[in-house]
Amino acid sequence: MAEGSLITEDLRKLIGVSGEPITYKVEEGAIQRYAEAIGDLNPLYHDVEYASKSKHGRLICPPGFTGWPIKGQIGALPGGASEMMGAFAKAGVPSRLLDGGIEFEFFMPIGAGDVLIATSKVADMTERETSMGKTMFITTEATFQKQNGDVALRSRATMICF
Amino acid sequence: MAKQLYYGDVEVGTEVTPLAKIATTQMLVQWAGASGDRNPLHYDDDFAKSQGVGAPIVHGALKRAWLGQLVTDWIGEQGELRKLSCRYRGMDYPRKMKTMEEPHAGETWWCRGNVTKKYVEGGEHLVECEIWLENGKGEKTTPGAAVVTLPLRS
Repeated sequence: MAEGSLITEDLRKLIGVSGEPITYKVEEGAIQRYAEAIGDLNPLYHDVEYASKSKHGRLICPPGFTGWPIKGQIGALPGGASEMMGAFAKAGVPSRLLDGGIEFEFFMPIGAGDVLIATSKVADMTERETSMGKTMFITTEATFQKQNGDVALRSRATMICF
Repeated sequence: MAKQLYYGDVEVGTEVTPLAKIATTQMLVQWAGASGDRNPLHYDDDFAKSQGVGAPIVHGALKRAWLGQLVTDWIGEQGELRKLSCRYRGMDYPRKMKTMEEPHAGETWWCRGNVTKKYVEGGEHLVECEIWLENGKGEKTTPGAAVVTLPLRS
């Protein structure tokens, strides 16, 4: 470990450890409100009757909707978001936080009535000097399964602490 | 819904039908509620200043959701979105509200994209695109990529 590294032994131990799964039900109203907030009027997200006649047979979620996205991606980390952020703070990681980006891989649609099981882990931590000073990049990987075990999507998100 | 797009309709370089968006402070509040992201970075002036971004910024996840809409609007109901990714490279600042309904004049954002590759794999007709969100100055604040499947015209 480089001298003055933000990635302490304690933090390094967190890499690769999955948290307890979070389970939640995808509700029609949540889909509609989410799509409305995007400004996306696609009837597959809004119109129950239209969607029921589609190949999906029910309202489906806009891409990236996974219940409450933050809850799944970060909330399912070991100990939940607050414990994880506490560990970072203890190690002296800067507390300013920005969302760096995300990659989704979709395997099947998610729709109203589905029960999703989210698991998440810290996949990687890197640090480097940027224009914002000492900066840490934390990558989390989340998997969202349906109750029968089918993986519906995977996401890989980057948090920037500076 | 818009008309269906078919695999034969696109070539490398084909433009993804652009989608215009106007970010407003009101929209960010709505997004915070609907997405569950209550980070004050997106609605609290003082907090945003303390975080080094100057003023509340548009949620990365909202920009990503716009890019998702860009692609799903374009591919139609028979197309499937398989991969979507983006990086939040530049900050975007919402227009403030003039009335309860209307924002002040200002920036309009555009979601755009181009086809970069098309190929058949495992019996599926796949199309890859570069996509991005650009601000009113034409700067790509949120570059990304998408992979979709498209049907064949029967």
